Amino acid sequence: MERTWNNKAWFMVLPVLLLVAFSAIIPLMTVVNYSVQDTFGNNVFFWAGAEWFEEILHSDRFWEAMGRNLVFSAIILTIEIPLGIFIALNMPKKGWGVPVCLVLMALPLLIPWNVVGTIWQVFGRVDIGLLGYTLRALGFNYNYVNDPFDAWITVIVMDVWHWTSLVVLLCYAGLVSIPDAYYQAAKIDGASRWAIFRYIQLPKMNRVLLIAVLLRFMDSFMIYTEPFVVTGGGPGNTTTFLSIDLVKLAIGEFNLGEAAAMSIVYFLIIMLLSWVFYTVMTAYDAER
Amino acid sequence: MARIDCNHIRHAYGPHPKSDKDYALKEVHHAFEDGGAYALLGPSGCGKTTLLNIISGLLYPSHGELLFDGKEVTNLSTQERNIAQVFQFPVIYDTMTVYDNLAFPLRNRGVPEPDVDRKVRETLEMTGLADMAKRKARGLTADQKQKISLGRGLVRSDVNAILFDEPLTVIDPHMKWVLRSQLKQLHRRFGFTMVYVTHDQTEALTFAENVVVMYEGEIVQIGSPAELFERPKHTFVGYFIGSPGMNVMPVAVEGRSARLGSQTIELPGAPKAGITGAIELGIRPEYVRLGASGMPVSIRKVEDIGRHKVVRASFEGRDIAAIVGEDEDIPADPKIAFDPAGINLYSDSWRVEMGG
Repeated sequence: MERTWNNKAWFMVLPVLLLVAFSAIIPLMTVVNYSVQDTFGNNVFFWAGAEWFEEILHSDRFWEAMGRNLVFSAIILTIEIPLGIFIALNMPKKGWGVPVCLVLMALPLLIPWNVVGTIWQVFGRVDIGLLGYTLRALGFNYNYVNDPFDAWITVIVMDVWHWTSLVVLLCYAGLVSIPDAYYQAAKIDGASRWAIFRYIQLPKMNRVLLIAVLLRFMDSFMIYTEPFVVTGGGPGNTTTFLSIDLVKLAIGEFNLGEAAAMSIVYFLIIMLLSWVFYTVMTAYDAER
Repeated sequence: MARIDCNHIRHAYGPHPKSDKDYALKEVHHAFEDGGAYALLGPSGCGKTTLLNIISGLLYPSHGELLFDGKEVTNLSTQERNIAQVFQFPVIYDTMTVYDNLAFPLRNRGVPEPDVDRKVRETLEMTGLADMAKRKARGLTADQKQKISLGRGLVRSDVNAILFDEPLTVIDPHMKWVLRSQLKQLHRRFGFTMVYVTHDQTEALTFAENVVVMYEGEIVQIGSPAELFERPKHTFVGYFIGSPGMNVMPVAVEGRSARLGSQTIELPGAPKAGITGAIELGIRPEYVRLGASGMPVSIRKVEDIGRHKVVRASFEGRDIAAIVGEDEDIPADPKIAFDPAGINLYSDSWRVEMGG
């Protein structure tokens, strides 16, 4: 077939190009700009080359935060994905229970992130918080302010409370798209509950699960607001994740060059890990 | 394989059925003989799938009982009934190979692996899927997938019946013929009891020895394709089967003749019992003779469909269809005559016998 070439068509993408340029590319370039220079204020810059990157990559502080992030994301995924699937499987498929469950599930997602943090910050306080006070009253030595383990538990439970719904809703969407005939056929074939899950429900949820894992990984790896509000990165540095550290570095210590280098490394890592997740999971998907 | 008895089965989907209208299935009292090939034929919403799901145990009837070989199974689960069912859309387990798909029902029932292997290989041969046993079921075409669904039923030697719920809906027309004749072959070779739900008359008439025509939740006629064609018991059967359907016109009957407007039609016999209610005369287009003598009609249009022509005409102010041979000419002053062999008489839509 003869193709017509009209280069004026490129103008059509101009608006979106401009939008992306202003919202993503230009800010990113300023970060790149900072990452290769040093400044002491007054808009005076000195060329620093790859110094900041070397410093970041050799900094224990960076790698410790990175380790905490990886552990956090791993815990979040191992809890939220199975729990989300489990809840979705047990949600009603028809009747008045459907809207009730959907609204209940959507509620945590509708709350602004810093409000979620504040809710849990208060909830967990040992003097006035329902959770903290009750745990204390029951004899647990709970205190997220000075016990690293309690701080972690609080941040994890908060994230599970906040984000499992997303996994539930995605899985539920996958589940309701399975035609009744599949369940009927499974009954006729004498399939057990487990076999139905393994051979019908899980394969049909495959794609939405991929999205759920990706979203939950990226979000949990970038987590900032909620732990910042609840623990402020403490006690000590035990809940200081990369993003919290980044803000400390950039705004707290006004170390713009190092912070910019860190942002770029951070960004590349998230992109790389997401790409790995995606490739592995789609390859697995295609192979089956 | 088993004989299936439906004893006065009624079913309503709502919880408190009051009148007949609330019943999706009004009353079915019928036996499916062991080894028979049956088609349940009817328009959408006539209750045929409801009946099928009651037989397979996916639905429990509101009233009545179901027997397999004389044993009551009304309250047994699908699994305990040992039924195979093929659905409208192919149901396959995507992530398994064709082989594993067929082995699935056996493995679920704890059949030892050597037996599973033997049965699956037999079934692969039977359905012609042997070449693709190792392939993932996901990438196959719709007709191959439907064969897998069928195979999952065939693989169990103890199935009481194989039920089909419009299994060829998503299959390409040329594959429909192939699959249908394969089904017939399987039936002849192995003598399964088969019940086949469809709204396609060609499918029903070519598949089954006995066609069960359903209309508004009732069985209106059970018969061979020829019986349904020649002697429709209900005007619905006349209209639903055949293309175009039967011509039905209200008449007044006196002895051996029927009056329609200013015309008198000779009947093959006088109706046996004194008939009451709305009387109608039904005649298939195949038995309406178009020629130079008979009753006058005015032709509205002629549809040439290749093998023959369908003449749409107006007769005493009513529409009537007639079939004429491809080479026959349409007369300038058209008249029609009814072949007495094709005349049926209906009282309140149900056929009445006529004496000789």
